[in-house]
Amino acid sequence: MALKEAQSVVAAAPAVFRRRTLADRDDALGRLLLAPALLYVVLLVGVPFGMAVLLSLSAARSGTLTFPWVGLRNFWTIAADAQFRLALRNTTLFTVVSQVLVMVMATAAASVLEAAFFGRRGVRMLLLLPWAVPVSLAAMAWTWIFDSTFSVVNWTFRAVGLLKGWLYWFGDPTLAMIAIITVHVWRMFPFATVIVLAGMSAIPAEIREAAVVDGASFWRRLFQVHLPLLLPVVTVAVLFGVVFTSTDLSVVYLLTRGGPYNSTHVLASLAFQRGILGADLGQGAAIALFLLPVLVVVAILMLRVARRAEVGG
Amino acid sequence: MKRRLARAAKRVGLYGAALAFTVFAVFPFYWMFLTAFKQDRDLYVGGTVATHIPWIFNDPPTLEHVQLLFRQTLYLTWVRNTVWIGGLVVLITLLFALPAGYALARLAGRWGERLGIGIFLTYLIPPTLLFIPFSRVIAVLGLQNSPWALVLVYPTFTIPFCTWLLMGFFRSIPRDIEEQAMIDGYSRLSAMRKVVLPLAISGILTAAIFAFTLVMQDFVYALTFISSVGKMTVSLGIPVALVRGDVFYWGSLMAAALITSVPIAIVYNLFIDRFIAGLTAGAVKG
Repeated sequence: MALKEAQSVVAAAPAVFRRRTLADRDDALGRLLLAPALLYVVLLVGVPFGMAVLLSLSAARSGTLTFPWVGLRNFWTIAADAQFRLALRNTTLFTVVSQVLVMVMATAAASVLEAAFFGRRGVRMLLLLPWAVPVSLAAMAWTWIFDSTFSVVNWTFRAVGLLKGWLYWFGDPTLAMIAIITVHVWRMFPFATVIVLAGMSAIPAEIREAAVVDGASFWRRLFQVHLPLLLPVVTVAVLFGVVFTSTDLSVVYLLTRGGPYNSTHVLASLAFQRGILGADLGQGAAIALFLLPVLVVVAILMLRVARRAEVGG
Repeated sequence: MKRRLARAAKRVGLYGAALAFTVFAVFPFYWMFLTAFKQDRDLYVGGTVATHIPWIFNDPPTLEHVQLLFRQTLYLTWVRNTVWIGGLVVLITLLFALPAGYALARLAGRWGERLGIGIFLTYLIPPTLLFIPFSRVIAVLGLQNSPWALVLVYPTFTIPFCTWLLMGFFRSIPRDIEEQAMIDGYSRLSAMRKVVLPLAISGILTAAIFAFTLVMQDFVYALTFISSVGKMTVSLGIPVALVRGDVFYWGSLMAAALITSVPIAIVYNLFIDRFIAGLTAGAVKG
């Protein structure tokens, strides 16, 4: 009897007393699995990021690998540069105007998509197209739409009697900026719509029904019930939007190359022009780094919103 | 009667708004389509000619521009470049992001959550801040004008993004499943490989697809590192190399944009719901 018992214990042993390996220590295994990704990010995001700061303090040029230290000179130079100040203004204008438009449109579009109507799935699918298509291809389509001779926008405005003359979209600084913002809004609003829509569906139906039963008007419901509840999710959408808008150069570069007369440059496109095309890596880095404080603030706000949502949920 | 009128007005408003948004979103694609198949004499009529309506085919459509695109431009080379660069980047990304996503979802406690957000935030460090230091790194490595520069650099944004996404997917799989497997005698690693990974396959596929589309989206790095036309990706080649001097071959250009966009748009729409689920699941505590 005793022997048989002992045998069965021995037989079961491999499963019960299996040697504890590294793979069974969750903590160590966790670190091990995380390490490669972390290392990649540190080496290829962290290090270059540090390099960007160092480069901004140097007179480095592409072509040579020297690193002549100049302290803050690059920053003084660009601060006194009218073109830089214009780019900074454009970046601010571009970001603020397009984000306001994006959020208004996204909230409206999300409200529409929330209502039940025929063809809703189709509309949702089509609304997502601008976000899916690579930006450089979309920008080419818009360049053609705003073409100086063949612009369909101008033709249509004239046909319906809104316009007498002919607009040269990329020949006039104001019009070029309008075109850039239009394209950017077109591209960003689907993404914001999706985020807002996700936020809306998270609002409990009882709250909304209660507001309707209480006889609140549409606007009151919008401003006093929906928007406050949507605020965290809208904040996330706006923060994303600010990051992607203030640091984007593709729309500007593809539409106007910064022209006419360098009037539509944003910081990112100016940094590209000076740093890569002009080979002045130091100045380019200094211009690009100007966005850093903004991004830090955005990141902090994001963490805060995330934490508050956590507490609330 | 008044109530019904108000209801009808609301309906009309709803459809009107839906239509307006749709037209705005879709118009550039419609324009690509028209331009790609219009004959030149239908295309290049001065816009001021009021009798010529640019919104429709005034002459029968033609395949001339599409043929030009495939026969006389490097479009297919760019597609090939994009596919192999994107494929490699997806592979590298999964190799790094899968273990990291799993670790963050399951193995790390409090610090894991912080780290998860931290990794995600690096995704927000924009290419425009990094292209200048990268240009130096690439020069040191001797990779100027080489697609390998892109293979090296693209994972800097796909890894953080996919780690976050995969973390979300792993969290949505109940813990009990692998605990049960471990009670049955599997080690943590084999429970992960044999039980969790098969369940996460749709999430992994979603991450792979979105990593690929992120690669296709990039314009900045490709513009910075690649200068030879034959080494370009579609995102760079189409806007930069289909313009010869000051001449835009609009028909072929729009054909290229359309042909490239359509598959992406379809795939995107197929996976968007799963994508949003993963993205938000990463933000919700599991």
